[in-house]
Amino acid sequence: MAPLYALGCEGSANKLGIGVISHDPETNKTKILSNIRHTFVSPPGTGFLPKDTAAHHRAHFVSVAREALRAAKLSSPKDLSCICYTRGPGMGAPSRASPSRRAPCHIEMGRVITGADNPVVLYVSGGNTQVIAYAEQRYRIFGETLDIAVGNCIDRFARTLAIPNDPFPGYNVEQLAKKAFFKADGTTKREPILLDLPYAVKGMDCSFSGILGAADLLAAQMRKQDAILAGGGETVFAMLVEITERAMAHVGSKQVLVVGGVGCNERLQEMMGLMARDRGGSVYATDERFCIDNGIMIGLAGLLAWETGFRTPFEDSTCTQRFRTDEVHIKWRTD
Amino acid sequence: MATPEPAAAIQPPPPTDPEFPLPPILQHPSAVGLAELITQGAEGRLYRTSWLTPTRLCALKHRPSKPYRHPTLDARLTRHRILSEARILQKCRREGVAVPALYGIDESQGVLSMEWVPGRPVRVEVNEFLRRRAEKYPHSDGGRGKEEVTRDEEGAAPLLGLMRRVGEAVGKLHKAGIVHGDLTTSNMMVRPWEKDKGPVNGHQADEEDYSLEGEIVIIDFGLASQGSADEDRAVDLYVLERAFGSTHPRAEALFTVVLEAYKDTFKAAPVVLKKLEDVRMRGRKRSMLG
Repeated sequence: MAPLYALGCEGSANKLGIGVISHDPETNKTKILSNIRHTFVSPPGTGFLPKDTAAHHRAHFVSVAREALRAAKLSSPKDLSCICYTRGPGMGAPSRASPSRRAPCHIEMGRVITGADNPVVLYVSGGNTQVIAYAEQRYRIFGETLDIAVGNCIDRFARTLAIPNDPFPGYNVEQLAKKAFFKADGTTKREPILLDLPYAVKGMDCSFSGILGAADLLAAQMRKQDAILAGGGETVFAMLVEITERAMAHVGSKQVLVVGGVGCNERLQEMMGLMARDRGGSVYATDERFCIDNGIMIGLAGLLAWETGFRTPFEDSTCTQRFRTDEVHIKWRTD
Repeated sequence: MATPEPAAAIQPPPPTDPEFPLPPILQHPSAVGLAELITQGAEGRLYRTSWLTPTRLCALKHRPSKPYRHPTLDARLTRHRILSEARILQKCRREGVAVPALYGIDESQGVLSMEWVPGRPVRVEVNEFLRRRAEKYPHSDGGRGKEEVTRDEEGAAPLLGLMRRVGEAVGKLHKAGIVHGDLTTSNMMVRPWEKDKGPVNGHQADEEDYSLEGEIVIIDFGLASQGSADEDRAVDLYVLERAFGSTHPRAEALFTVVLEAYKDTFKAAPVVLKKLEDVRMRGRKRSMLG
């Protein structure tokens, strides 16, 4: 049997990502042929609104799709077995301009890229904060945020400080925060100053809105942006690592996979690595190309579902803003 | 941008030796060889030691420092959690809830030592009961041993008694204003009755069902909090119900006995049980989107 090709389209937030991926069902080999992304960047201090984002996605969809097909060097679009899109969750208006579910897509992508086998997954992005583990054909949520997502917390705080949105706020926040880990000479390492922020962990759940409120108050008093970002990061990431560790102890897993936009943060990856090391395990993380919403992850999960017989006629393709990770039946895993 | 690159972006660090050092107090020359690691949770490790006096066993809970955390944050959290657990144990003791007695704490080193509770966890005892029952009614007997235990089944009385005592213990705990946070059958011990303090109803435990006889002692208050929110109490019951369902499916139908005993012990129970229905409908988490 020849390898199958899929075109994956993701556009449920401010990134329009299209990619072509191939998967050989016999050898279980996955190959990424192209991965194109175009991001809608809103001015500093503002977020992306559904209306403007939808206009952006509509305007760029055709050119991005053509580029993805060209980069994949497919002879004709007819070689594609299926076209996969994000059914949810996310903003309604932009989604329609491009059926998969984002979290399992991120996870499947992470498993392919890093080769992690059956890890506890920390999915941290602008819309999600979940600790997930696989059991009986579903990704089960062990812990999650009780209010806003961690990425949302970071993005909103970046807006308070008017940090630019290009390429994305989390990246700029990370670069700024890095300065606080060094003394004035720029080379000697030091611990950043810890800020007095609430540490809101409850069992395997956590909460971020209190931190956002407290950080906004501190921002009004403190002048050094790097110190406040680094100090905040220490608290927020410690919370994430703690809930992940609890889930690992619960299911007896030694692997962690970090996915989602916030997963690009190197400090988070470092802390996670220290925790995993103490448990005799290891952490798997990817970088910005695969962590952030992209087309190929949608293509991969869609293709895996397609191989198990999942089909959606064009007229039935809809999208939803509400879709939970544990609602998706993971038919392609048999362990 | 379009370069296909399936290699791992970041190489995972090699796994290291998962052996852990003992807490400082057990590294003291006088304590050498006296500690045995019992379990390792996410947060802490539990040792059984006799470091206090040779005849007195004690449970030593150690919360080691976490290298990934900022040192200030780490010290603050360890201190806060040890103190909170100690306060909760003391409060339970004062209110007459059966918990291990607190012997001492060293919050700067993250160590809490308490009474060693003899006996086995409820989980083990219930499974042992179900195993014996399955042996008593072999497959030839209509496969009765594999079916669910019913209330008026012959020989089910000791199990019912145990479930009742579990319900009473949880009722007392909630009455004292404590929410456990991780109520499972592994976090409850069956402490055999002391010799002269037999069961009040005069029922003499025979060899066969001895294991189910004993006082329920709730342990591990690592996730506990002080509070009287009906929501939290209902989640406690729900977690226990799920733990019963998943670890002892054949005894699941008897969970109502636990709830009845809970209701008889705790005056505010009806509100909590009403809330429990909501929690059952939506799961442990508040319904959340995204």
